[in-house]
Amino acid sequence: MPAETDQAEPPLWRKAGSLLLALAFLAGLFTFAFSTTIYRWNWPAVWVYRSLFVRGWLVTLLLSGISLVASCLIGALLALLRRTPLLPLRYLARIYVETIRGTPLLVQLLIFWYVVAPAFGIGNRYVAGVLTLSVFSGAYISEVIRSGIESVGQSQLDSARAIGLTTLQTYRYVIFPQAIRQMLPPLAGQFASLIKDSSLLSIIGISEFTLNAQNVSSYTYSNFESYLPLALGYLLLTLPISLWTQSLERRNRFET
Amino acid sequence: MRLELSGVTKSFGSHRVLDNISLDLPGVHAFVLIGPSGGGKSTLLRILAGLERAESGLVAIDGAGLPREEEALRKYRCGVGTVFQAYNLFPHLSAIENIMLPLEKVHGLARAGAHARAMETLQRFQLEAHAHKKPAQLSGGQKQRVAIARAVAIKPRLLLFDEPTSALDPEMTAEVLEMIEELKGEGRDLILVTHEMAFARVAADQVAFLDNGRILECAPPEEIFAAARSESCRRFLGKILRY
Repeated sequence: MPAETDQAEPPLWRKAGSLLLALAFLAGLFTFAFSTTIYRWNWPAVWVYRSLFVRGWLVTLLLSGISLVASCLIGALLALLRRTPLLPLRYLARIYVETIRGTPLLVQLLIFWYVVAPAFGIGNRYVAGVLTLSVFSGAYISEVIRSGIESVGQSQLDSARAIGLTTLQTYRYVIFPQAIRQMLPPLAGQFASLIKDSSLLSIIGISEFTLNAQNVSSYTYSNFESYLPLALGYLLLTLPISLWTQSLERRNRFET
Repeated sequence: MRLELSGVTKSFGSHRVLDNISLDLPGVHAFVLIGPSGGGKSTLLRILAGLERAESGLVAIDGAGLPREEEALRKYRCGVGTVFQAYNLFPHLSAIENIMLPLEKVHGLARAGAHARAMETLQRFQLEAHAHKKPAQLSGGQKQRVAIARAVAIKPRLLLFDEPTSALDPEMTAEVLEMIEELKGEGRDLILVTHEMAFARVAADQVAFLDNGRILECAPPEEIFAAARSESCRRFLGKILRY
């Protein structure tokens, strides 16, 4: 169904022109700022290490991708646990969410890698890193899912029960399609955070994108030549997610 | 249908909403519940719809007691059509999809069969032009008529209405009441909570007056509206019929 908006959609040439204008403004701003800085650029030195960037970027892509899927599963499970009538499970989920959200990822990574992982025989730092990241992000995602579910009103649940849907069917056909609309914008934000938070995995010695960029920076005594590609690389990962969720949002739009 | 209630009691917290209600109507087809807000009408209707459970007492329709166990109660709900005050259509589904959902997922019709039955129902109530509109694109009266069509399409043994016109303007109210009257004309059993006294008078064959969780009167409409026996019913009717 066509979405009704207050403003008419502007023509394509105006949108393209406006986008260029906005980009030109920002580019001008940064060009000016960099031009006032006395900095000796040395791109060729960094270019030598380009394969390190690529490898780091791929590791980050892989680690974040797996963590993203795992954290969604953990988040969904936690959200359901927080709605279960079994009180001990509900408390467990609650304590988990509050503890993880209230403490720094840095500390969680150190405790997990040096204490929890050895206790459970996890020797691979990549596995431990993905697990920690998933556990961390899952706590946030569970809150997104929970508030999405709770945004569906009691009258909808009454209606679902009245027509005889089972609990599972109610989630599948009534709650989820309505909740997803509420969940998409915060989920997109959470996914972008997850990707950027993966940079902390460097402290347990995982050679991901950020660690590799830091290494190149110290090998070549350069700063911006290492960190600007780093920023661009993360943007390359987060931007598609943002665009993808926006298109999903458009598809799931309906008036209430 | 035969409707029997005996000693039905329901509380929310310390507030007793239904207080030991008993009733036996052997041959009722259109049963209307009236009374002041908070008197227990909607709660009684929700119990009859299988959405709430009475704490104690028995409810039986045609001699079969309402189950207490959730899965059996769900099966019972599959066989009755319930219409609420606030329409309660699913906003993410079009009118026809709203009607098809229970047909397909609860009553096991194939998609084509569900579609045909839903379309047929919409046509019957002159709603086919709205089949593919989402609830937000429908007027209040149209929404309520689609909600009734959804309840009717499953061919329920009983239709329940909880203040179906309270959120509508007079024109739309008339539109919805006409539809309910038409259903009654077909011989479908219905139970209705309403503030539309004129409608209760013509459509009901039994009217019960609920106040403070008790049924103070239960009689054919001509008796209740002409000469209510209880003081609170007379006062209620006097107030509501004055304007």
